[in-house]
Amino acid sequence: MSLHAVLYVALAMFAIGLYGVLARRHVVAVLLSIELMFNAGNLAVLALAWSRGLLSGVILVLFAIAITVAEVAVGLSLVLLAARRSRTAVLDDLSELKG
Amino acid sequence: MTAALYVLGGPLAAFAAIALLPPLRRAGRPAGLLTVAGSVVSLAAALVLLLPFLRGGASPSEASTLWAPLGAAGALRFGLLVDGLSASMAALVALVALLVQVYSLAYMAEEKRPALGRYFAYHALFAFAMQGLVLAHNLLQTYFFWELVGLGSYLLIGFYWEKPEAGRAALKAFWTTRIGDVGFALGLLSIWTAAGTFTFSELFAGTAAGTVALAPLALGLAGVYLGAMGKSAQFPLHVWLPDAMEGPTPVSALIHAATMVAAGVYLMVRVSPLLVHAPALSAAILAIGVLTALVAGSLALVESDLKRVLAYSTVSQLGMMMAAVGAGAPEAAYFHLLTHAFFKALLFLAAGSILHAIHTGDLFSMGRLARKMPWTAACFAVGALALAGMPPLSGFFSKDEILAAVLAGGHPLAFALLLLNAGLTAFYIGRAFFLAMGGRRDAAGAPHESPPLMTVPMIALAVGAVAGGVLAGTVPRLFLASIAPPAAEGAHPPWAVALAGTLVALLGLTLAWMGYQRRSFDPGRIRAAAGPLVTVLERRYFLDDLFVFAYRRIYLGVSAVVGWVDRYVLDGAVNALAWATWQGAGRLRALQSGRAQDALYALVAGVILLAWLALSR
Repeated sequence: MSLHAVLYVALAMFAIGLYGVLARRHVVAVLLSIELMFNAGNLAVLALAWSRGLLSGVILVLFAIAITVAEVAVGLSLVLLAARRSRTAVLDDLSELKG
Repeated sequence: MTAALYVLGGPLAAFAAIALLPPLRRAGRPAGLLTVAGSVVSLAAALVLLLPFLRGGASPSEASTLWAPLGAAGALRFGLLVDGLSASMAALVALVALLVQVYSLAYMAEEKRPALGRYFAYHALFAFAMQGLVLAHNLLQTYFFWELVGLGSYLLIGFYWEKPEAGRAALKAFWTTRIGDVGFALGLLSIWTAAGTFTFSELFAGTAAGTVALAPLALGLAGVYLGAMGKSAQFPLHVWLPDAMEGPTPVSALIHAATMVAAGVYLMVRVSPLLVHAPALSAAILAIGVLTALVAGSLALVESDLKRVLAYSTVSQLGMMMAAVGAGAPEAAYFHLLTHAFFKALLFLAAGSILHAIHTGDLFSMGRLARKMPWTAACFAVGALALAGMPPLSGFFSKDEILAAVLAGGHPLAFALLLLNAGLTAFYIGRAFFLAMGGRRDAAGAPHESPPLMTVPMIALAVGAVAGGVLAGTVPRLFLASIAPPAAEGAHPPWAVALAGTLVALLGLTLAWMGYQRRSFDPGRIRAAAGPLVTVLERRYFLDDLFVFAYRRIYLGVSAVVGWVDRYVLDGAVNALAWATWQGAGRLRALQSGRAQDALYALVAGVILLAWLALSR
């Protein structure tokens, strides 16, 4: 498996994630898509580090995964709060910042 | 120098006390006594200032304090200048103010007490302002007090505020003089540009040393003269003075005969060393002065109200003084100012005495008052003779000085016209005298002599009007201790001029005597024969109509156009801008949908744009 193939996979994952972020209406789905984009980035870093034999890339990705978990925890709690307040988890209905 | 502060402080303290203590104002007469006391202090201090100059040998002194520092441009100072000119003028103002205020105690006695207190408060304010104007050591300060005397004049003309004419007259006086004052203010700017100072002594020194630009200086002086035109009722800004007779008569005597209207002449005398450098302006001052004298002198011929005759006479005499200033004889102008203050204040007080007795100023309702009011009649006669310029009364000397100065200055036409005016003066004052005091009919009402509080000030002024001629030698000495180059002392007017002036005056008086006392001829028939001319005079040369026309048609017309432009063009542009902003904002706020994904779209688009920019390098 060549480096390029892995990078294309990462790119595809990122694009799918981006599409999900922009197109999905449900907050949880958007959060999942963000996770997908994160992991696409992780995969790309991992692939590049692997191809050059650098251990630091792997360690960086480990940390990134840890941070991602924390971020998901914060994101989900925000979603819970928003849902409890507005009785909805649909992004389009959470538009109180409009001018 | 300390005495100068008392000159100002006396009236100011009286004013402050009356203004700040309402019970004192409402008490009326005590307020009057306090004002009189303030004037006594003022007069005593002014005499202390004046005496060294009368003895001769004293030199001018000035003291000032910093008013407004202007950095590199210098500083504005607030100060007092005591020299022969200001000290004598201050003494004159204090003396006439004192006499008029004493007279007012009796004349105004029938007023309600709060009104009386108000009256004396205004009097004290005016006296303070006038002394400040006289003693000012720079032009800006002069302007400051100049406006203040204008305020005093306005308040006192409108004293009988329940009378609509009085209110209108007060406004007219204020607005008309204001026209001139705008010129004064602009002139001050020009003088500052020229010299960088307002202080008289520095202006004189700078001009003498040649460090002052003469063109802007002349322009500035023209502005100052405009101010003087308003205050000293020069043609065509004289229209306010006859109307100002709506005020109480003592006010007319003090403000509109002796002091405030003379302030313009005083100011021009004060700046006369600078006038030498503005020959065109001097010529204009002379021409306008002569014109004023003749216009007012002719208007007085047909006036039937005693006070208005005197008012026109004042305008006419002010014209003569200004003519003397323009002819380069400020000492003659100042001499006439001094004597005029005495005899014209005297005439006004006598007129007030008549009004007090018969409650009308209509000359044709008067007659044979001399029998009932001997003192008033005698004082009126003295004033009239002095005004007519009969020797040896004061008016004779000062009028001849002016005539001689104008002739010596090389203005034969102006001399002839002023001589004519002397004849007119003698005639109209003779007419007024014979109509009021003589004639064949008795006056309406029950005339009676006025109380001593009124006759004594009149007698005091009469003494001044008789003896004022002795000042003839003093005035040049006062000038020597002041501003002017040494005047040739003892240069008496040529006898021919004195003779001509006296003969013309005699002629005028005789004509008046024949027409209104002897009835040798009927003035009414002459009046009828001169139809259109009399109409022109009775409509006052249509000047009032002209001013009304200028206001109604021209000023209001231009204002309407300007108002329309302001309302629809300027305001319209501003409103259109605001409307466009509002509308644009309405469109733009659609972008702020509040949806997170819309913001994300923008974010992604931005990232793509940045990436494209980075890659396309």
